Amino acid sequence: MVITENLVLKLEQLTRLELSPEEREHILEDLNKILGMVDQLNGLDTQGVEPLTYLNDEPIVLRPDEVQGEIDREAALSNAPDADGVHFRTPKVIE
Amino acid sequence: MQTPQSLSAIQQALSAGTLSCTDLVEHYLDRIETTRHLNIYIEVFAEEARRKARELDQKRQAGESTGRLAGMVLSIKDVICYKDHLVTAGSHILSGYRSLFSSTAVERILAEDAIIIGRVNCDEFAMGSTTETSCYGPTRNAADPDYIPGGSSGGSAVAVQAETCLASLGSDTGGSVRQPAAFCGVIGLKPTYGRISRHGLLAYGSSFDQIGILSHNTHDAALLLEIMAGPDDYDGTASRKPVPAYSEQLSFGRPARLAYFREAMEHPGLDPGIKAACEAWIEQARAQGHTVEPVEFPLLEYIIPTYYVLTTAEASSNLSRYDGIRYGYRSPNARNLLETYTRSRTEGFGAEVKRRIMLGAFVLSAGYYDAYYGKAQQARRLIRDATMKILDHYDFIFLPAAPGTAWRLNETVDDPLAMYLADIFTVQANLAGIPAIALPAGVHENGLPIGIQLMGKPFAEGELLGFAEELRS
Repeated sequence: MVITENLVLKLEQLTRLELSPEEREHILEDLNKILGMVDQLNGLDTQGVEPLTYLNDEPIVLRPDEVQGEIDREAALSNAPDADGVHFRTPKVIE
Repeated sequence: MQTPQSLSAIQQALSAGTLSCTDLVEHYLDRIETTRHLNIYIEVFAEEARRKARELDQKRQAGESTGRLAGMVLSIKDVICYKDHLVTAGSHILSGYRSLFSSTAVERILAEDAIIIGRVNCDEFAMGSTTETSCYGPTRNAADPDYIPGGSSGGSAVAVQAETCLASLGSDTGGSVRQPAAFCGVIGLKPTYGRISRHGLLAYGSSFDQIGILSHNTHDAALLLEIMAGPDDYDGTASRKPVPAYSEQLSFGRPARLAYFREAMEHPGLDPGIKAACEAWIEQARAQGHTVEPVEFPLLEYIIPTYYVLTTAEASSNLSRYDGIRYGYRSPNARNLLETYTRSRTEGFGAEVKRRIMLGAFVLSAGYYDAYYGKAQQARRLIRDATMKILDHYDFIFLPAAPGTAWRLNETVDDPLAMYLADIFTVQANLAGIPAIALPAGVHENGLPIGIQLMGKPFAEGELLGFAEELRS
């Protein structure tokens, strides 16, 4: 058992998710099951193997640093759950 | 009207004047109506499809030229952005989200006069193998509505299977195009990583995701790929390799060399009916003069663990953007900013997405990063290198598309491990970044479709499609 209830609580905080006690118990069990499967990787010798991060063999080319893909303010705010026409509005940050 | 089965048949009929785009769109809208019970479409773009069809018909009558996809009626998975249209990844957290731009793939097909008839259901954020995790409820397999269509592009597969459109765009992170294609008896193509721009594809695992095509035939897949593929200013990982005219050179033209994995064909989880179909397929390929040989692939058992560590890590990072501030769902139950993030995400995401976000956060967290994430990245290199080594000696690798046929609704949702293991034959192509295609291979004695799969060398989509076409004819 790698995952304990305390660890799940920490993961909830890290991921900004909040589980009910039943969900927490359920996910605790699931994560441990999944990690049990993942632990098979320990049987694989990876000594000295370079981690694979990028799949493309082609070098990454940077495009010129020019402004592109602009949208106007109205469009930018059009999907906002709460906006005042100029800003995104959020609940209070500081009490 | 009989539903046409290929774009070439449609375009011939359009030229001969025996069919109009309007007739065609009305036919598909009828099909969508009569298949409502399968829950394929989240939204049907009926009026604009009709308008576009009228425009194309008028152009034709006026003798004006039309694009290469004139007569192609498509659906798109609910993870592909289409300007001024809703896109929600089958998730409550994106309810009401209207895209400000079109994905590069969509822009390119629209520029060739394709008609997009609607957006189709999928697992939430493309995480799932059954299309049951969507907030819109499950999509059902047209072969038997008590069965799942596979996933995550289940809506796309059934949309083609049930003849509600000619082809559909899906996305494939670990088999999400090929597995539902196999379960529904249609063709599913996952191109090489980077072949089609990911700009405007809602991200799940950015080093795995690739837009794919579900269709009735290889010609339509080849043409769509040809039009969508190629470099893109908006995606630095999109390849700059020239795009061949796949649709014009649809043949392989010589005896092919294929490898299959002994470990896969003898896998205890492989259904006997699937195994028999695979053996029959291999025999048929041999009878046509192709070489099919067993090879060892001892890394098979590491594929699923590697895949789940890496994709959940990428998902937890990609999905951190959904916080209820700038777009999407915001919880009305929050009193301050922190609660807004937490409540919006908690109420907005479904159980499978939460599970993967938390697993991803775990494998990336301090103290566990090297043991899990780093280890899986190393394993990925070993798996990719071993796969490439086989492809140095063979044109294709043959595999079943899935260990079994579709299963009943509600059978797996609660057992993530069983669901993950069902991906065993498809995730290798995504780990290695290589192209793969699922092809129909008959019907199981249980009455459900069977699919086989071919993986090819990087950027060998033309060979895959050409070989598939030759086998068929």
